Amino acid sequence: MSLIVKGRVWKLGNNVDTDLIIPGRYLTLRDPLEKAKHALEAVIPGFAEKVREGDVIVAGRNFGSGSSREDAVTVLKTLGIKAVIAESFARIFFRNALNNGLPVLECKGICSMVENGDMLSVHFEKGEILNLTSKEKCKGTKLPAFLVEIIREGGILKKLRKELQCEK
Amino acid sequence: MGLTLAEKILATHSGKKEVSPGDIVEADIDVAMVHELLGTSGGVAELFEETGVRKVWSKDKIVALLDHWVPAPNVDVAEIHKKCRYFVKKHGLKNWFDMKAGICHQVLVEKGFVRPGEIIVGTDSHMTTHGALGAFGTGIGSTDMVVVFAKGKLWFRVPETIKIVLQGKIPKYVLGKDIILKVLRRLGPDGANYKAVEFHGEALADLSIDGRMTISNMCVEAGAKVALIPPDQKTIEFVKKRSKKEIRPVYPDSNADYVDEMMVNVSEIEPQVSRPPNPTDSVPVQEVEGIELDQVFIGSCTNGRLEDLEVTAKILKGKKVNRGVRLIVIPASYEVYLNALRKGYLETILKAEGIVEAPTCGPCIGGHLGVLASGETALVTSSRNFTGRLGSPEAKVYLSSPATAAASAVEGKITDPRKYLR
Ligand code: SF4
Repeated sequence: MSLIVKGRVWKLGNNVDTDLIIPGRYLTLRDPLEKAKHALEAVIPGFAEKVREGDVIVAGRNFGSGSSREDAVTVLKTLGIKAVIAESFARIFFRNALNNGLPVLECKGICSMVENGDMLSVHFEKGEILNLTSKEKCKGTKLPAFLVEIIREGGILKKLRKELQCEK
Repeated sequence: MGLTLAEKILATHSGKKEVSPGDIVEADIDVAMVHELLGTSGGVAELFEETGVRKVWSKDKIVALLDHWVPAPNVDVAEIHKKCRYFVKKHGLKNWFDMKAGICHQVLVEKGFVRPGEIIVGTDSHMTTHGALGAFGTGIGSTDMVVVFAKGKLWFRVPETIKIVLQGKIPKYVLGKDIILKVLRRLGPDGANYKAVEFHGEALADLSIDGRMTISNMCVEAGAKVALIPPDQKTIEFVKKRSKKEIRPVYPDSNADYVDEMMVNVSEIEPQVSRPPNPTDSVPVQEVEGIELDQVFIGSCTNGRLEDLEVTAKILKGKKVNRGVRLIVIPASYEVYLNALRKGYLETILKAEGIVEAPTCGPCIGGHLGVLASGETALVTSSRNFTGRLGSPEAKVYLSSPATAAASAVEGKITDPRKYLR
């Protein structure tokens, strides 16, 4: 799993909660693609059609607040979102993202240096963000080595599998 | 330096004498709860089988049930339920309640799975509810649950703790819900993010276990990881009646280190209502009085307990729900349902032309039994009024205590319950 991500930005506001990312009424859909079609639909109508593989999300404070539903992470991954950078994350979303190998980074001031559609380059291990469009730079909160390791492995279950094999 | 309650529980469960905020520890899990997220696509069962672990770590420490969409409203849900039942059988899980017990948080407490000083995790953000009994209850995602199923352990970052002191005497018409909505207003939507909340103060003694659960339940709306109320005699007696296991309560040290302290004078609290679309946007009821309603919902793991149905029945006694409104009442569990039936509360509600459904989350998650259409306005006692939470994203949802909700159902608009309770 690469720790450097380059992608086009979708910019969102503060307090984008898990019900906005994927409303409860779609959680029971059995087809993951069908579920993902409804991601963020109340925030950006038609988001699922407009988003491209490799895009990244930049959000304000408290991204992913609310429910523990991991679908809030997996629908974004299914649509091809490669990273989320936010002023801050709600804790369960943050954990779920890392566990699923979706790189996330907290960066104070990110919203003021990024516009919708800009191209970003993000180095997760160093916590560095470069806006390729405006050439502005910004430093996020570096992840502890333990969490970088989880992203590098591609999620905590891959790590778990390794651990359990070692024990055998 | 002494330890806060959250720090102490994490220390005792990770074989350490001391821990400090920011440390990462691997802690033993006492109880793990799963509901429908066991069987959804990308849910715990799917991920667990993919990982290739053959056995769960404990057949006794996992509690599994169905509560969010019961009985199944459509084929998709029926298939999820089927998958859950298959997993439970295959792995021989002992504590399986199917759809016959009620909403997970209520059931966990009633059936004695929540004990002071223990760590209890579940695939549900409202696991903070269990802090009301002094247990480290916290919500986790499906992947973390797979780790728990495999190892019985999970990593935690030791959180900083905010101390909240509830001072003063609780007025008659103020319920746990009004207190927490007031606290949430001051914390804001991320005021307790990554943090533990610990409650203190003389007002706690006057709160029932039901009321305390409402308070701990909603702390997650400010991002809290756990919402602990140090156990007192009431807690111990309550748990003793329900759990045969030896109780080992844990208390915070008197010299514990808190990142922040908040004083709340409960004697000044008025009935609170949260405006859409955030639970923390609460205001005194007078500020929103008169807003016309299409639906009132009294239920959920936040406010579907016996005390909540009692105050509902008290207000509805001898009255009728306003013609323009539908009132939906859903007891949080079968125990609550049965007790409310015996005490005559359900009869009062039905006579007032309220609709009583069997225990489930139902409209709280926009699942079934009362989802909202576009342009509709509802007042509900559940925990969240996020856009689209109860159905259409074009519906407006306000949150309140069951007293405010019941009075509003009678009037057809948001109403101060004080005139009905004096
Ligand atoms: S009642 Fe609502 S908040 Fe409680 S567990 Fe069910 S969906 Fe979640």
